[in-house]
Amino acid sequence: MASGLRGFVLDTEAAAASARTADDRMAAVHAALASAFTVTADRGARTGPARRRTWLDTFDWRLYRAGLALSYERARRGSRLVLEGDDGVPQATQPAPRWQPRRPRLAADLEAGPVRDRILALTSPRALLPVAAAVSTVSVSRLLNSDGKTVARLIRDDSTVTAAGHGPAAALPTRLAIAEVRGYPGQARRAARLVAGVPGVAPATQPVVKAALSALGLRPGDYSSGVDAEVTAQMPASAAVAILLLRLLDTLEANTDGVLRDIDTEFLHDLRVAVRRSRSAIKLLGDVLPEGPAEHYGAGFKWLGDLTTPTRDLDVHLLGFDATARQLLAATAADLQPFRAFLARRRAREFRRLATALRSARFRALADDWRKVLLEVRDAGIPGSRRGLTAAELAASRTARAFAKVARRGGAITPESPAESLHDLRKRCKELRYLLEFFAPLHDPAAYRKVVGDLKKLQDNLGEFQDSQVQREEIGALADAMLAEGAAPAATLLAMGEVAARLAASQAEAREQFGKRFAAFAGPAGQGHVRVLLGAAASEAAR
Amino acid sequence: MTVYATYNIKGGVGKTTAAVNLAHLSADGGRTLLWDLDPQGAASFLFRVKPKVKGGGKALIRGTRALDGAIKGTDFDNLDLVPADFSYRTMDLLLNAGQSGNDTGRSAKPALRIAELLRPLAADYDAVFLDCPPGISLVSENVLHAADTLLVPLIPTTLSVRTLDQFTEFIAGMAGHRPAVLAFFSMVDRRKRLHQQATRGLSAGRPGVARTAIPSLSLIEQMSVHRAPVTAFAPRSKAACAYRALWSEIRPG
Repeated sequence: MASGLRGFVLDTEAAAASARTADDRMAAVHAALASAFTVTADRGARTGPARRRTWLDTFDWRLYRAGLALSYERARRGSRLVLEGDDGVPQATQPAPRWQPRRPRLAADLEAGPVRDRILALTSPRALLPVAAAVSTVSVSRLLNSDGKTVARLIRDDSTVTAAGHGPAAALPTRLAIAEVRGYPGQARRAARLVAGVPGVAPATQPVVKAALSALGLRPGDYSSGVDAEVTAQMPASAAVAILLLRLLDTLEANTDGVLRDIDTEFLHDLRVAVRRSRSAIKLLGDVLPEGPAEHYGAGFKWLGDLTTPTRDLDVHLLGFDATARQLLAATAADLQPFRAFLARRRAREFRRLATALRSARFRALADDWRKVLLEVRDAGIPGSRRGLTAAELAASRTARAFAKVARRGGAITPESPAESLHDLRKRCKELRYLLEFFAPLHDPAAYRKVVGDLKKLQDNLGEFQDSQVQREEIGALADAMLAEGAAPAATLLAMGEVAARLAASQAEAREQFGKRFAAFAGPAGQGHVRVLLGAAASEAAR
Repeated sequence: MTVYATYNIKGGVGKTTAAVNLAHLSADGGRTLLWDLDPQGAASFLFRVKPKVKGGGKALIRGTRALDGAIKGTDFDNLDLVPADFSYRTMDLLLNAGQSGNDTGRSAKPALRIAELLRPLAADYDAVFLDCPPGISLVSENVLHAADTLLVPLIPTTLSVRTLDQFTEFIAGMAGHRPAVLAFFSMVDRRKRLHQQATRGLSAGRPGVARTAIPSLSLIEQMSVHRAPVTAFAPRSKAACAYRALWSEIRPG
């Protein structure tokens, strides 16, 4: 059994300079190895038909970011999934019958096995999508000692890759590997030294999946749902706002296809966040943009946001369904099943409405025209009273204003205040959070982390409070709808009642903790964190 | 992990050739380890592995070196080997030396030592073959305790049949773990009337005797020239077919 690999590539640039072909260099590799071993072709099944692999990852590259590469391999003896580390060494494999690599699939839908165990938490709720495919011809030579015993193997891999199974193919440089035979590590090291000494052969510095992606011009990790806008302190405020709105528009458009194909629920989630951020940016910073369009597109994004709400709300119910069912005390999970079926039917109906809207001319025009407006502002700037304002000045003034609003409204909340006052505060907190994220590159990282950390805890509390209420009210409305359809057995309604009661308890608990959370954010310590943050931003603006 | 052992009190009856070929066939369906316990090192020779273990049998038996570290990959996928070592000739003494127990945390029972040494490999291998030296000794007693199935090659003569009866009786009287016993005729020469009679007479209706007999063929002897299992260098030969038929009687499922 091979228990270790040392990899090399035939260096294409060196080859071009010396006009030597891959076969010339392979002959040189064989000659080098022949000084210490008898080199012979493997009689076994290793030199078989082409090896076919498809690499898979989530849309936001979760496996890549975790230093993992997942591939699906079709082989005569059955197909399998292979999970490799950054070093190209397999960490887990499992059979994958009936897998169609071009079809997105959730890790949760995989059969039980070591690969599923490793990737489930990391990838959920995102689906696995094909990233690139390779067809490889693999040939194996055995390296024999003086007894004629195989003490290492030389593996040659010539691969052609395509992006997600389509588009132009690219040939990768030939890859070589010395595979160790168990109990003969010294011989493998010796063979690797001999191969490394051949001109035009270089150590493989990256696993084959990275080589494939770079040969295809794909940038792994290029999608992130974060704002990540390239804003600088001294750029005109209008250009900075246009740049970050363009970034949000990119995110929105990047997710549209995934929403329409209903690949996984995160596409819609990310699209909604991009819409919400855009609306907040228009509201809080739109005065540096031309007046008419900002108002017009703000209304457009409200339309879009409202469209996505019913499907997302149902997604949230369905995503948390199993966890909710596990918490039942009086009822059983089976009692809730008709509710799940009802949610799924309703979700299918709402999704059709959403998809129709996303395919509409109105949506297309909204995105296209908004882009034109933003590009114009970014490239030409806008005349008017705010011409001299820099991005840093805008960030400092609007963030201070938003913080003051949160502090004022939150401070006015008493145990007797209506729930609406907490809902309103949640919205103001979101606006503050977005402002912080928009201008994150302008802030001192340590001060930024402190403020966002405090704010996040408060937002979690307010989120728990409001979401519990919204979900409880939705369950009531859904129970009515199920009754109207005659799809509500008594046991199911009782189980839904238990879920609603639990949500009411969560809401009450969140309300109880609000005072403490708010004080941590807006109290003296929290205010100090914000002063440090804004002080640093102000000095940045002054420069 | 299923442990098989090829065992016979007599030498030269085809134990090693059976162990080597059956292990090679087993490796086609699962991860397989062959431990060459015979100090003559015939199985190691057939796989071209030097009959040498670092620290010798002493280090393995005492536990100062893990069995895992002595394993060598063969030329075949899924098939590994623990080579023989000349020091195995005194393995009885080494096994007995542990009777008083020591600080390696192992059992004080010398007859269970080989079973103990194999236990950590249970997750790594589906099948283990023990190729035992002939004779009755503490090594063979260890093998009886470690094996799930004993594979007993028999030369088809009345005397060897009598020995099988004695041996079966002995196993039946063992306390605790008792391996299954499967005998098979080995080195059968169809031209010899005695072989024909013994083969027919014994295999008819007798439990514990395989239907398949391994013929006496020069190709099996040529394993030492090719230094490979006959199932590898002549997979379609009569000899390889006989081992395959025998393996299909032995293997689980």
